[in-house]
Amino acid sequence: MTNRLRTIIRKVVWALFTVLFVLVLNFFLFRILPGDPARAGIKDPRLTQEAIEAIRVRFGVDKPVINCFESLNPIKAGSCTVNPFDTQFFVYMSNLVQGEFGFSFYTNRPVADMLRERLWNTVLLISAGQIFAIVLGCIFGLFAAWKARTTIDYAALLLGLFAWSMPTFWLGIILLYWGSGYGLPIGGKATPGMSSYPAWQQWLDIGRHLLLPTLAYTVIYMGEYMLIMRSSLLDVLSEDYILTAKAKGLSTFQIMKDHALKNAILPLMTIFAINLAYTVSGVIALESVFSWPGLGGAIYDALNRRDYPVLQGAFFMIAVSVIFANLIADLTYSYLDPRVQSE
Amino acid sequence: MITQKHILEVKNIKKHFQVGRPSIFGQDARRVHAVDGVNFHMYRGDVLALVGESGCGKTTLSMLLMGLEESTDGQIFFEGNDITRATRAERKRLSQRIQMVFQDPYESLNPTQSIEEIVSEPLVIHKLAKDPIERRLRVVNALEDSGLKPAADYLKRYPHELSGGQRQRVVIASALVLEPVLLVADEPVSMLDVSIRAEIINLLADLRRKRELTVIFITHDLGTVGYFADRVAVMYLGRIVEIGNTLDVLKNPKHPYTKALLSVIPVPNPRLRKKREILQGETPNPINIPTGCRFHPRCPVAIEACKISDPAFIEVERAHDAACLLLVK
Repeated sequence: MTNRLRTIIRKVVWALFTVLFVLVLNFFLFRILPGDPARAGIKDPRLTQEAIEAIRVRFGVDKPVINCFESLNPIKAGSCTVNPFDTQFFVYMSNLVQGEFGFSFYTNRPVADMLRERLWNTVLLISAGQIFAIVLGCIFGLFAAWKARTTIDYAALLLGLFAWSMPTFWLGIILLYWGSGYGLPIGGKATPGMSSYPAWQQWLDIGRHLLLPTLAYTVIYMGEYMLIMRSSLLDVLSEDYILTAKAKGLSTFQIMKDHALKNAILPLMTIFAINLAYTVSGVIALESVFSWPGLGGAIYDALNRRDYPVLQGAFFMIAVSVIFANLIADLTYSYLDPRVQSE
Repeated sequence: MITQKHILEVKNIKKHFQVGRPSIFGQDARRVHAVDGVNFHMYRGDVLALVGESGCGKTTLSMLLMGLEESTDGQIFFEGNDITRATRAERKRLSQRIQMVFQDPYESLNPTQSIEEIVSEPLVIHKLAKDPIERRLRVVNALEDSGLKPAADYLKRYPHELSGGQRQRVVIASALVLEPVLLVADEPVSMLDVSIRAEIINLLADLRRKRELTVIFITHDLGTVGYFADRVAVMYLGRIVEIGNTLDVLKNPKHPYTKALLSVIPVPNPRLRKKREILQGETPNPINIPTGCRFHPRCPVAIEACKISDPAFIEVERAHDAACLLLVK
């Protein structure tokens, strides 16, 4: 038991290290990129030099990036004589520790407020899509493996490959085109003016808006989960311990339940964790097609506006959620597969 | 050998596997004659060693006995009942009486189950020993009988934490926990280190004495047979070519194939070494079985008649049968 606890602590510590690394990387990434708050917010050429300076002071970008780092950016370079506590890096770090992500160059609102709501919307979309994709993918994969090398199997295989290889935005547009014919909303999260209605009607409205993007998301990821489930299950079913189980008198159902699924699900866990990382990039395309007010949409808008604090915050949230998901998958894996713990 | 009644009787059992699909030109699909007419019987408490080179159909035969493969033709009687076409429910009941030890202990244990789960699973499946304490007791008993002492040290461990020999003991324990009458051991030692082989064979010999087990011991190694088999059956290309009491077969082999097999067993004493008889050629493809005696293309003493007529089994001595034309004359 203590061995297991030590493994968990070690993995959590490593995850925290990774987060720290991401924080540092995230900071420098946006200091290398061109762009300036004065240019991002106000595109008026009549802006005076004093006004520009005032804006830069307000956002703290007048300070040196870091001390002893001359060559990083010639405009904002620091020197070793600078007080290390009076640099952008230190302010960034100390603000983050206090949960402060800075202000948007464009809207002047706190980044944390802007992203919180967006993150929640994305989580809603991703979790609905992932749950459907995993459940359906597993069921179809199981069925295909069960009927291996029959017409059903080949049809499922073909369909899975097709679904998996479809570009997200393309499927999104097709679904939009198709769904609008059935009176489904073609964009956004809620119908305008819905807030005066009772809560259950608001939820129903969100559900209607969620339908098409979730469908697109489910179809694409279901294909992947199905293919992996099928091949993983076929692998396991050819193992000797399945034959042993048969010889002991287990029924096909018991073999599937107690022996095959438990072992076949292991590779799926890994794919799931890795997918969460790709999911965010996939979701940017999906959210822009469906005008879903999620994190992906926020990244897209912020990129167009050179709104670096928002991007920085969004990147941070994505990185943390991916690291966290991997940590969870890692720990679950060691719980599911006893061979993993003993290292 | 309490009662001289046959516990197992196998009559002309056949298993042909289809290779590919039938051709569109009306030819039949090609067939692998994995087991091609095997006959033998066993008495209670007997140990029969089934010997033959790889690909001769030993494993397929054991699968047929376990009902893991469906036979193409022939019958298997167990305790007087025909079990060849047993239904699923009958099979489940049979699996309490017939158990199997598989060849590869590294592959035949589910890596996600603890030893206790593995050994107690048959009890759960067959709804025996529902009381947890009684179940635990039977699991511990089976483990200790299989030589894993003290069993308490092993219950909570996982297969990957054990050595090959220990794993094979777990496999044996999970077969024994149902207290079967017949144990089919399919090359139980071939994947183990030589040093462990003797231990596992001694264990099987002990268990057989203690639990009055009937054992079918499948091996490709004639050298290990003498240790504990009462009778030996030599298989070649899907058929038994010679069967008899172990001493008779080892000391006085009748079939040229058995003679060849025996002559290549390493003998420690150089003075006792006889001339080795190395068989020429490869085992024929089981898709195209040679005409006549299936051994004739490799047989050192084959005559012209061997190419035409398939030899019948004849009793050359008391309880010692062989299938060779030369023995008829």
